[in-house]
Amino acid sequence: MESEGGQKTLNPEAWVDRYADYLYNYAISRVGDENIAKDILQDTFVAALQASKSFKGNAAERTWLVAILKHKIIDHYRRSNSQKAKAEVPLGSEFDPSGEGNPLQRQIADPESTRENDPIENSELGLAIQNCLSQIPQNHARAFSLKTIEHWTTEDICKELNISPSNLWVMVHRARTALMECLNTQWFKNN
Amino acid sequence: MISCDEAAVICSKTQYREAGFWERLQLRMHLLICKTCPSFSRKNRQLSNLCDQAVIKTLSSEEKSRLKKRLQSTSSEDA
Repeated sequence: MESEGGQKTLNPEAWVDRYADYLYNYAISRVGDENIAKDILQDTFVAALQASKSFKGNAAERTWLVAILKHKIIDHYRRSNSQKAKAEVPLGSEFDPSGEGNPLQRQIADPESTRENDPIENSELGLAIQNCLSQIPQNHARAFSLKTIEHWTTEDICKELNISPSNLWVMVHRARTALMECLNTQWFKNN
Repeated sequence: MISCDEAAVICSKTQYREAGFWERLQLRMHLLICKTCPSFSRKNRQLSNLCDQAVIKTLSSEEKSRLKKRLQSTSSEDA
């Protein structure tokens, strides 16, 4: 989490709740397999935790995690493309988080290079939604997600989150309003 | 007559077909006289379409707690 005054620290306890779904979808969109994506996600969190001392605070926590995730995806492709290649991409200073530095990174960062248009657009849309959800208050995001993505009944969500239905609707509504704002320019047609 | 804020919450509720008859009626009336809410209502409908269209996978809560445990054991190894 970002604290006041530009000083940034990490908050590993909250990583799973806040970023796991986004990172998981990101990984699926790049490797196309849910189980591999789960492994990569776990490796990412573990690597992030081990590297947390080297977190310089010059990137937002989420950006930093995505950068590590990209590394792990590249590692995965290295391993599956060549059994000989044992080289892991080091999590050091030579890593370029913009993804433009090294050609392998660039290729993975560009989903259109390998896949067809429509499913990609829909999974990119899913990512955009998850991305927005990771930026809004977590209880709103969770209420929205349970209702809209996981299709829970109102009753079950109220029990799970221990809130009243009218509370739930206000939270869902806040999340929707924030999403409209966040997704605005790219996904909404102006009318 | 309901306020714009109330209308907006009902509007979100209708996206899940869970607004009652009375609420829907109040919303309709509000949309007839309000200048700003109809465009919100349109966007809200678009958002529902986007959500239906989006490919989104979520980890189950068991998978999330397993991940959390894994992280906790990693951080205590380091300590």
